[in-house]
Amino acid sequence: MTPGEPLIRWDWVQSHLPDIAQRIGEHLLLAGIAVGVGFALSFVASLFIARRPWLYPPVSWVFGVLYTIPSLALFSLLIPFTGLSILTAEIGLVSYTLLILIRNIVGGLRGVPAEVRDAALGMGYTQRQLLFRVELPLALAVIVAGIRVAAVTTIGLTTVTALIGQGGLGFFILEGILFFFSTPLIVGAVLSVVLAILVDGALVAVERRATPWARLGRS
Amino acid sequence: MTSAGGATVEFRHVSKRYGARERRGGVPGAVNDLSLLIPAGEICVLVGPSGCGKTTSLKMVNRLIEPSSGQVLVDDVDVATIEPTVLRRRIGYVIQQIGLFPHQTIAVNVGTVPRLLGWPAAKVRARSDELLTLIGLDPERVRDRYPAQLSGGERQRVGVARALAAEPPLMLMDEPFGAVDPIVRERLQDEFLRLHRRLRTTVIFVTHDIDEAIKMGDRVAVLQEGGTLAQFAPPAELLTAPANDFVARFVGADRGLKRLSLVRVSEAALTHAATARMGERVGEVRARAAADPHVLLLDERGAPAGWVNLERLRPDERLAARHADPSSPIFDQETRLRDALSLLLASAVQGGVVVDDAGGYVGVLGLDAVTEMLRAPDTLAPA
Repeated sequence: MTPGEPLIRWDWVQSHLPDIAQRIGEHLLLAGIAVGVGFALSFVASLFIARRPWLYPPVSWVFGVLYTIPSLALFSLLIPFTGLSILTAEIGLVSYTLLILIRNIVGGLRGVPAEVRDAALGMGYTQRQLLFRVELPLALAVIVAGIRVAAVTTIGLTTVTALIGQGGLGFFILEGILFFFSTPLIVGAVLSVVLAILVDGALVAVERRATPWARLGRS
Repeated sequence: MTSAGGATVEFRHVSKRYGARERRGGVPGAVNDLSLLIPAGEICVLVGPSGCGKTTSLKMVNRLIEPSSGQVLVDDVDVATIEPTVLRRRIGYVIQQIGLFPHQTIAVNVGTVPRLLGWPAAKVRARSDELLTLIGLDPERVRDRYPAQLSGGERQRVGVARALAAEPPLMLMDEPFGAVDPIVRERLQDEFLRLHRRLRTTVIFVTHDIDEAIKMGDRVAVLQEGGTLAQFAPPAELLTAPANDFVARFVGADRGLKRLSLVRVSEAALTHAATARMGERVGEVRARAAADPHVLLLDERGAPAGWVNLERLRPDERLAARHADPSSPIFDQETRLRDALSLLLASAVQGGVVVDDAGGYVGVLGLDAVTEMLRAPDTLAPA
C-alpha cells in the first residue's frame, strides 16, 4: 500500500459499480451451485443411511477426510485433471459442504421422536410416506441449520476460487493483494461478509416460515 | 355416529422369541404360546409386570411385530395374509406417548388415517370436527392449533380421536392414559368407557396397572414374566378366584377392596330411613318415626337436606333446613362401592344417602352393607 493513500477510494468504487455487481453475481452462483449440489449429494446419501444405518460411519469418514484437505492443496491436485475451470472450483467447494450437510440431515432425521414414528407406522404410513410427510418436515429445522452453516462457509471459501480464475468477490481481494491497493481488497472482503450475513438471514426467514409449529410454547 | 361394530380377535398359540442380541437392544418382552379369544365389542386388557410381553402381543395384532410362531386372527382372517399398511389403516392405534405429529394441526392429525385412505378433503375435515366434538373438545378452539398448544389430557383425547377417525372395528391401546396425572387419568378412563358403550369397538388395552385393568376390562388377561398367560377372566373372577399365586400377588392383598370398585351403589343392599319434610312439626314426625330419633329431612323437591336429631328439638317446632346436619355423604346410584366406602370413612358417619339422577332420595347406604359385601365375595355378580 502506498503511504498517504486512503484506506478506501470511493471514486474507484463508484467507477467499478457494474464490475462489482457482476462479481457479486458470480460469487452467488459459485456458492449457490456448491451448496445445491452438496445438498443433493448429502440428501441422497442420508436417505440410504436412514434405511441402512451402518453406512453412516464410512460415509461420514470419507466426507470428513474431504473436509480436512486444505482448499489450495485440493485445487492444485485437481488442476491437472480438470484445469482452471469452474468444475475444479465446484469440486472443491462441494467437498466442503458435504460433511456439514450430511451431519445435519442424518441428525435431523434421527431426532424425530420414536413415538411419532411408531404412531405413523401403526396407523399405516408406508416408509416413503413416513419419510416425506413426517420425518423430513420434523427434521427441517435441523437441516436448514446445516444449510446455513454450509452457505456461510461456502460464501467465504468461494473467494479462494479467484486463484483458479473463477471470478467472484475473490477477484477483488486478489487484485488488492497483487497491486498493493487496499480499496478492492476491502470491497471484496466486506461484500463477501455482507453476502454471507444476508444469505444466512434469508435462510432463517425461510425456516421460520416453513416450521410454524416450532416456535409454539405450551399455551 | 355409526360404527362398523367390533371385530373378534384371536391369538392362536402365538409365541415371540428374541435372540440374545435383540434382548440387549431393549426390545419388548417375549411371548410364550399365547391363546386368547376376544369377543367382538369387548375391552380386553392385557396386564402384567414390565417385560411380560403385553406390548409385544399388542403389536403382533397390527404386525408392527411379527410372531415367531402361531397366528393372530382378526375376524377369522390371519393378519399375516393382509398387507401391513392396509391392516393398520383398519385398526386404531393409541400409544402412551401419543405420538401426535407436532408439525400438523389438530384437525390434520385427527384426519391422518382418512387421508391415507383417500377420503376427499371436505369429508376428512368434517370427520375431524365430528370426532373432536365426540371426545369433548371444541373444534372451533382446537382445530387449527398445534399439539404443543394443548394440555396433556387434551392431547391424549386427540390421540384417541385420531385412532377412531376411520371407524375401525378394532382399537389397540398401549398404556394410553399412562402419561397423565391420576386425576386426569381417571376422567379419561371414564370418558373412554362412556365412548366405548356407544361405539362398541373391540379394544385391546395394555396396562401395567391392575386397578386400571379391573376398571377398564370386560376381560383381563394377566401375563407373567416370560410372556405366559396366567389367567384370562372377567375382573370379578380375577379377584374372587385368582388362578395361581402370581395372579393373587399381582391383584394384591387388597383384592377384597378392589372388588368393591366393581360394584355400584345401585347393586348394594340399601336400607330406608324415616324421612320428614320441611315445615312438618317435630311432634308429628316423632309420632310417625319409630324408636330412632334421627330422621332424614327432605326439601320440597324430595332431595335430602341432612339428618335431624328430633330429641334436640321441641315438639311444636317446624322443621327447617337449619336443623339438618348435612355432613353425611350423598351418592348417586352409579357411584362405585369403593369410592362410597372411602367417603364414608372420611366423613366418619355410619351411612350415606343415595339419590337418583334428579337428586331425589332413594335410600341409605350403610357402612355395614359395604362391609357385608367385603365379607361375602360369592354374592358378587361378575361385572
